Amino acid sequence: MSDKKDITLSINGRDHKVSVDPRWTLADVIRDHCGQTGTHLGCEHGICGACTILVDDTPVRSCLMFGVQADGKKIRTVEGLANGNEYHPLQKAFMENHALQCGYCTPGFLMLATGILEAQPDISDDDLNDVLSSNLCRCTGYANIIKAVRAARDEMKAAS
Amino acid sequence: MKPAAFEYHAPTTIDETVALLAEHAPNDGRILAGGQSLVPTMAFRLARPTHLIDINNVADLDKLVIEDGALCIGATVRHAQFHTPACDGVLGRLLTDVVSNIAHYPIRQRGTFCGSVAHSDPASEWCMVTAILDATMVAQSASGERLIPAAEFFETVMTTTLNEDELLREVRIPVLSDDTVYGFQEFNRRAGDFAISMTLVTYRLEGGKIVDPHVGVGGAEDRPRRIAEAEAALAGQAPGDDAFRAAADAAAAALDPMEDHATNAQYRRDLTATLVRRALENAAS
Repeated sequence: MSDKKDITLSINGRDHKVSVDPRWTLADVIRDHCGQTGTHLGCEHGICGACTILVDDTPVRSCLMFGVQADGKKIRTVEGLANGNEYHPLQKAFMENHALQCGYCTPGFLMLATGILEAQPDISDDDLNDVLSSNLCRCTGYANIIKAVRAARDEMKAAS
Repeated sequence: MKPAAFEYHAPTTIDETVALLAEHAPNDGRILAGGQSLVPTMAFRLARPTHLIDINNVADLDKLVIEDGALCIGATVRHAQFHTPACDGVLGRLLTDVVSNIAHYPIRQRGTFCGSVAHSDPASEWCMVTAILDATMVAQSASGERLIPAAEFFETVMTTTLNEDELLREVRIPVLSDDTVYGFQEFNRRAGDFAISMTLVTYRLEGGKIVDPHVGVGGAEDRPRRIAEAEAALAGQAPGDDAFRAAADAAAAALDPMEDHATNAQYRRDLTATLVRRALENAAS
């Protein structure tokens, strides 16, 4: 068996010192060894997008990175979205637009949308559709997810 | 659905990387770049490399510059770096038009150009681009550097002429002249899926006639390639319906298509003919 490596993951501004087996995916390290279970795992092979998180502010699939590769990187997960008791505009928009039902895909959609709205605050509806096509939802349906992200985009732009 | 155990190496120089590769490649040691194809394959246990050599921290592999008339793309350049043109002119625009067809946005943030080329999936857009634009692959091993023309690089499905101890350090794509026109077409059943067929065409006009036509197909055969028969049907002709249909039919006839449970050879031929014709129409418009 391979040797464990000591790494530090910065998750939502808090450092987690963990000893990882190189074969552990970043998603598994975040969930099982840092206790941050908001990030969900669906397919575990990069298709569904449920495990999408931000690494250095860029949306990536945490099942397709190894934890050891994230040593020292800035990780943001769904637990870091709200500001204290104040929901993030995307979280509010998801509630107001019925953009979640079972909620399993929601953390992935929220982090994907956070990443794209921070990078491109003026993104067009068409380009947003294209980005949101990255992730799968099997119960809510996409119309309300798209509606919610558009609403959050407009609100975040108005507030900035 | 969890990858098997492996030893992890994180070199910081190219020399260190190729030394590790020379040592571990005989025992199924592999390069880890973006990991967007390798890691799923490991999750399925279709691949069980004993050593992974992670090149993400290697200096000097992230170059993306024009040198000696070619766009040089280093081994850690991500797909997303082509979301806006990587260079001025026709080539930069072409690569930006193509990149939006590659998988999805988060995948494009991690996956690399060279990784995709070395992986040699027949449905890879970048593999087709390098084959059709006559790119040169720069292979680096502990014993030196080797230049491989794209036409001699792709062998078959996920098989290239890269040796096991060689790192695909860089891909060089010749810059396209300002009067080059191009068309790209891809068909799949859902956005982001593997192409069932796709085509890239480029040509120039001299005195109203087509010169230097490049017509290539990817996704339909076991590897992407230029189709000489289609190029011959275009050379010296005036652009228009007659020449475009002749080239499309020639491309379809020249194919040796892959078949699967949903797609037979005739379907892929018909589809490819339509895509080639549309790509030529796009180029002309």
